[in-house]
Amino acid sequence: MQVFYFLIETIIKCVVVFACLMLSVAYLTWLERKVLGHIQIRFGPNRCGPFGLLQPFSDGIKAFFKEDLIPGSADKPVFVLAPMIAIISAISMFAVIPFGNQFTLPGTDYVVKLRIADIDIGLLYVFGIASLGEFGIVLGGWASGNKYGLTGSLRAAAQMISYEVALGLSIVGVILLSQSLRLTEIVALQAGGFWHWNIIYQPAAFVFFIVCALAEINRTPFDMPEAESELACGFNIEYSSMKFALFFMAEYAHMITVASIAVTLFLGGWQAPLPFLEFIPGVFWFGAKVFILIFFFIWQRGTFPRLRYDQIMKFGWKVLFELTLINILITAFVMLLKG
Amino acid sequence: MAENFGILFQWLIFLGMAFVSIVASLLVITRKNPIHSALFMVLTLLCVAVLYILLYSPFIAIIQVVVYAGAIVMLIVFIIMLLDLEVELRSKMKVVYSKIVGVFLALLFLFGLLYSVVAKPPTGEIGSLTPDRMANNVKTVGESLFTDYVFPFEISAILLTVAIIGAVILSKKRT
Repeated sequence: MQVFYFLIETIIKCVVVFACLMLSVAYLTWLERKVLGHIQIRFGPNRCGPFGLLQPFSDGIKAFFKEDLIPGSADKPVFVLAPMIAIISAISMFAVIPFGNQFTLPGTDYVVKLRIADIDIGLLYVFGIASLGEFGIVLGGWASGNKYGLTGSLRAAAQMISYEVALGLSIVGVILLSQSLRLTEIVALQAGGFWHWNIIYQPAAFVFFIVCALAEINRTPFDMPEAESELACGFNIEYSSMKFALFFMAEYAHMITVASIAVTLFLGGWQAPLPFLEFIPGVFWFGAKVFILIFFFIWQRGTFPRLRYDQIMKFGWKVLFELTLINILITAFVMLLKG
Repeated sequence: MAENFGILFQWLIFLGMAFVSIVASLLVITRKNPIHSALFMVLTLLCVAVLYILLYSPFIAIIQVVVYAGAIVMLIVFIIMLLDLEVELRSKMKVVYSKIVGVFLALLFLFGLLYSVVAKPPTGEIGSLTPDRMANNVKTVGESLFTDYVFPFEISAILLTVAIIGAVILSKKRT
């Protein structure tokens, strides 16, 4: 019977995580518009409900009832497939992220672990799914049969491939420290207060990771693929209705996932920052840390201008790549000296 | 009951993935549009990755996804996107010779596969890597790479470095 309990538990966890993720995505769009609005001294959405809190739902309903256009020059199957790839990869990355500790079901001795899958290759899985997610953006731009879309997706592909290298190298330091790719082990090693977090041992790697992650999720200052002023909208220019909404949701889901990975690797995951605060459940700490990172992402979008395309490429290959390599060398050297 | 359930599940996954990967690989060589071919290739590679997971080798599976499906097919798609497909499709390329050579190579490969399956029993010797050890997969692979296979590993690393330098030099020469 253990198998069936396991199956039921997994299905429930999948549904709960999916629902929470989608709700966060909906309110992330609201939060971003609100915060950006206040940064630019305006109000942001404030017409639907109190503080504009119903705005995401009205946006969703609007997208749902819009006409779904497929351009005549488009490659229809690929055009339809691209948003699906984008959203599926963005959501399924969340499968390995440990968002809390375990608890025993009241009344039984059944232990529920707060993560969907705890696999040995956790970190590699994230990278594998992320590299598949690039297909969504690249194919979406190509299948539209539009030159702005194609330019946007070419830029996206080049940028993501370049920054994926530095992103992969920036976390090698953490892997060296924790000697595991299993995300739960990485979190477990950071227990017991914020001075045990990896960010203390790998501050440079954290900065590199955040910079590369911003490039991976195509956010300002690296939002080349959808540079509005040059490409009209980039890879999603021909998309309308729910297909556009799917791309939009994928982008925000990706942002949450990247923030969660950063929290898991560098900020102690669901561990409390101070030992005496451990009575508060880990899910709260995880959510709070993810919220802080996402707020930072929105904040810097309102602060920095967009970089030029050649500057982005040069920065990726000639600065970040070398710096991450140096970080690995120093980390490995220190680990060797300590034995 | 539960064990039978697990074995049934494994068989279902194996048969499903094998069937999908064969159909997808047939579609790779029959599609006219190269982008569609590339996409079906991704599907084939993903199905093979699932088969690796069934064989207790999640590391190989995920490397298959990252390297082949993620990086190599992405580069192929990248290059195809820069070509004008309409022109390529209209000019019926003379591919007779390459077809003959391709059929010959494919038959050779098929015979090689059949021979290797028939000549040796499919279940080989039981090595030191039992499913229990493979549970800690990444460490096992890393250890064997840096102990038993350190020479081939370093040689391939040097080969890749040389290839990268060569590609950079070739691309610099033209301008």
